[in-house]
Amino acid sequence: MSADRLKIGFIPLVDAAAPIVAATCGFAADEGLEIELVREVSWANIRDRLTFGHFDAAHLLAPLAISTSLGLGGIRASLAAPVALGLNGNAITLTPHLHEELLANLAPRANPRDPAATGAAFAAVVRARRRRGDERPTLGMTFPFSTHNYQLRLWLAAAGLDPEDDVRLAVVPPPYMVDALRSGHVEGFCVGAPWNSVAVDLGIGRILHLGVDLVRRCPEKVLAVRSAWLDEDAERTARLVRACVRAGEWLDEPGNHAEAARLLAAPHMLDVPEPLIRRALDGRLPTGPAGAEREEPDYLIFARGGAMRPDLRHAGWLYGEMTRWSQAPEGQAGDAEAVYRPDLYDAAMGAAAPDVSDPLGLFTG
Amino acid sequence: MPERPPVSDRPVKIVLIDESPVRAAILEEGLRAAGHDAIMLISDHVNLLERIYAIDPDVILIDLENPSRDVLEQMFQVSRAVRRPVGMFVDQTDAVSIDRAIDAGVSAYVVDGLKKERIKPILDTTISRFNAFSRLRTELEQAKGQLEERKIIDRAKGILMRSKGIDEEQAYALLRKVAMNEKKKISEIAQSVVTAAELLG
Repeated sequence: MSADRLKIGFIPLVDAAAPIVAATCGFAADEGLEIELVREVSWANIRDRLTFGHFDAAHLLAPLAISTSLGLGGIRASLAAPVALGLNGNAITLTPHLHEELLANLAPRANPRDPAATGAAFAAVVRARRRRGDERPTLGMTFPFSTHNYQLRLWLAAAGLDPEDDVRLAVVPPPYMVDALRSGHVEGFCVGAPWNSVAVDLGIGRILHLGVDLVRRCPEKVLAVRSAWLDEDAERTARLVRACVRAGEWLDEPGNHAEAARLLAAPHMLDVPEPLIRRALDGRLPTGPAGAEREEPDYLIFARGGAMRPDLRHAGWLYGEMTRWSQAPEGQAGDAEAVYRPDLYDAAMGAAAPDVSDPLGLFTG
Repeated sequence: MPERPPVSDRPVKIVLIDESPVRAAILEEGLRAAGHDAIMLISDHVNLLERIYAIDPDVILIDLENPSRDVLEQMFQVSRAVRRPVGMFVDQTDAVSIDRAIDAGVSAYVVDGLKKERIKPILDTTISRFNAFSRLRTELEQAKGQLEERKIIDRAKGILMRSKGIDEEQAYALLRKVAMNEKKKISEIAQSVVTAAELLG
């Protein structure tokens, strides 16, 4: 039997690891699939190429899969997520100057990992600047429909700041993020691995928060397909889901991190130094100079604890953020949740759904 | 925002975002030849959105190799600052144009109210100029390759003439004979001669 050939688009980020490993380490082949990976430079390109059938499946921002299905951007197309590509992986990084300014405003004995404490300090910085007549700070995020956008807004809103007026939130493509920080076009950003570590290593950024400080189990990327693609061959979907989950399980094994980092660092994959990728996989991240480091086993979760099973409550939360921030009209929660397909995941894996009582673990201020 | 005449009564304002200055020049020339004078070029990504808002264009053309495409997606969110643009791909029934544009490597954002008849020729010019640039680049690479091959063959001939005491014509005939016998290109044999000479020399 000849293998089914699939074309999968990805953005060079560590959380594209599951389809990359599935394609290159035999997990796809075990399922009779031959995957051709195509690296893309923008989420808009990925979305268009998936929608118009150039790709069979794609590494896609979970909220972008939902917003495309709801027709909230320039394009409407029914997409489905039969498997999530893990949870978490983001961080908020500030320039050393803003980081110091923020720490100077931190309440005595406050925990700098507590978003309520850092939010209050940041609000003080913002107010002081306004009194001086200075410009409001600009913070970068990767896409309007992204968890990076929502995590920043969660942090800002909990501190009583208006994300539309008190700061400026600007889309900056990940490869330009570090450059934007260096040149002062942004004073901070929320982005996925490895870009926070790149900024820290260059000495131009300090990690203030890991994504888990704000959302313990944050939906991030999904493997998206066209809904019509699912109907062509149900068994093919199941094989693709299994290949990705097996790859995710392999990635969760600490013993495989060295090999995974080497694979992902390759020029045609992420094209960044191996040690930066290793940090994200190990959950051990230098946050600033002089040995400052955070160790956080949940920094980036692939398959552990059922993390790759699309959780309807995640889709519901993402849609809630879209309505909260005036990106989506009310009353479409059902359509938003329909993008997530735990039924297809369960059918592929043949296992009972894991019991996750608190699917998100939101910081509530 | 000041009132402007409806877009049907005035020239279409076009912003072109392309990091390749040569391709941008080729496209600009094509659009001007088609009667479009209001063309603004942006070749870097600094403060992109603010600059676009300041220009307030009717059509935005961007190459698909440009990560800044995601910055443009923000325009769908902020309706306060700019008239609401719609993507080219909004007309999803026009699959042929979409495929041609993606293959050519370009995407267009068009504001509401611009008639399809006015967009189509702009898009067609853009696609054909992008394709022309690709062909030009391929030809340039081939020409460069041929020049390199010629240089290698000249060096190999020189080596053979000195070591075997033959003239240029004989040296070339020798290279050609070996290439034919080994079913290889003359330039490949020439490269072997040069490499061997470097090792032995």
